[in-house]
Amino acid sequence: MSAVMTTTRWHDPKRYLWLLGVPVMLLPMLGGWLVDATGLSLFWWFMPLIVYLVVPVADLLVGEDRNNPPESAVADLEKDRYYRWAVYAAVPMEYATLIWGAWVAGTESLAWWEYLGLAISVGMVTGISIAVAHELGHKTDPFEQWLAKIALAPTGYGHFYTEHNRGHHVRVATPEDPASSRYGESFYAFLPRTIAGAMRSAWKIEKARMQRRGLPTWHWRNDALNAWAMTPILFGALIAAFGWIVLPYLLIQAVYGFSLLEVVNYLEHYGLCRKKLPSGRYERCQPTHSWNSNHVFSNVLLYGLERHSDHHANPLRGYEALRHFEDSPQLPNGYAGMILLAYCPPLWFAVMNRKVRAHYGGDLTKANVVPRLRAKLGAPTPA
Amino acid sequence: MQYKKWRCLICDYVYDEELGAPDDGIPPGTRWEDVPDSWTCPDCGASKDDFQMEEI
Repeated sequence: MSAVMTTTRWHDPKRYLWLLGVPVMLLPMLGGWLVDATGLSLFWWFMPLIVYLVVPVADLLVGEDRNNPPESAVADLEKDRYYRWAVYAAVPMEYATLIWGAWVAGTESLAWWEYLGLAISVGMVTGISIAVAHELGHKTDPFEQWLAKIALAPTGYGHFYTEHNRGHHVRVATPEDPASSRYGESFYAFLPRTIAGAMRSAWKIEKARMQRRGLPTWHWRNDALNAWAMTPILFGALIAAFGWIVLPYLLIQAVYGFSLLEVVNYLEHYGLCRKKLPSGRYERCQPTHSWNSNHVFSNVLLYGLERHSDHHANPLRGYEALRHFEDSPQLPNGYAGMILLAYCPPLWFAVMNRKVRAHYGGDLTKANVVPRLRAKLGAPTPA
Repeated sequence: MQYKKWRCLICDYVYDEELGAPDDGIPPGTRWEDVPDSWTCPDCGASKDDFQMEEI
């Protein structure tokens, strides 16, 4: 009997759970329906109620899954187009919700706080869609690359497409990365630094790429420009259809959406740092350079993004094949719960600073710390 | 023979044959075809197939 014959085919227990990311995009519409059905305006805030209350509790109750797909199954998993379609399907749903929200904002007379709830609910969807764009933007297939930019258009964060692969992945967990937060840095200090830093970096990267191709910087093949250009076209079309009253809605959902991405960035690498080698390069990114979370509930909603340690160490691995590593630092809850913590800096520092110190055996000179603390520690300032 | 450069299509890392990749145990002067197939981009983990020769 050959070894091949005795191997039983492995079945992915999460296969159909990954589809949950698709209906999540439609939850604000369910909220709108609940407003109609119950008369309670609170349901305009349906999405934040789900994400900030239901998801952290569900993560706590459902718990973690530390199981990994066997290596022998990975090649088949990554070849299986089903997993790609489970991601593609989220993008039209994102647009359905965005357009529905514009229709509601443009045709119903809402009180300001109902209007705000609607915009925040939709912003949560367009923000979560940046995780979808992230999964698509890592692939070299042109269709997936365009779909990534389309998914980013509602938040105006088209430059994420360039910056994430060519900026963030290269410099992750170093003081040079605008999207890696530092020990002692609150989310509110991180937010302006990462927004400005990511835009600057993406522009520099695209400028250099265009120069290498012998093209002017202002050219449609500049990936920051062609991705950004989709946003005014989209917003212009929605304003033309529903009137100027939708402009605040569009802006609020965009700003809230990308701030949701940035709070996720904040918690993914907090305080973690790669060693500088004698050559002046940083060591390769290891699973220990990203915070990991194995919480099942929020992971299936975010296409496995929370298994972030493996993602950064092996960026080309599909979401369905990402693994848990025993030596990677673990977040105490899923992203939804950790976001709430990040919004309250004293609580965040109380929980996470201890974890960073423990990860580095108490030696903070090994961590990525805020500049004022770096001077105090006597650690060399980065070049 | 002139040294060539290869650029990663995913993240723009440049493998310069003249410099090699000493951190990965690939000495200076190593030709692209002599870089092991198991080697991956030090910045983003892309495989050798994801590199393209760059005109210098």
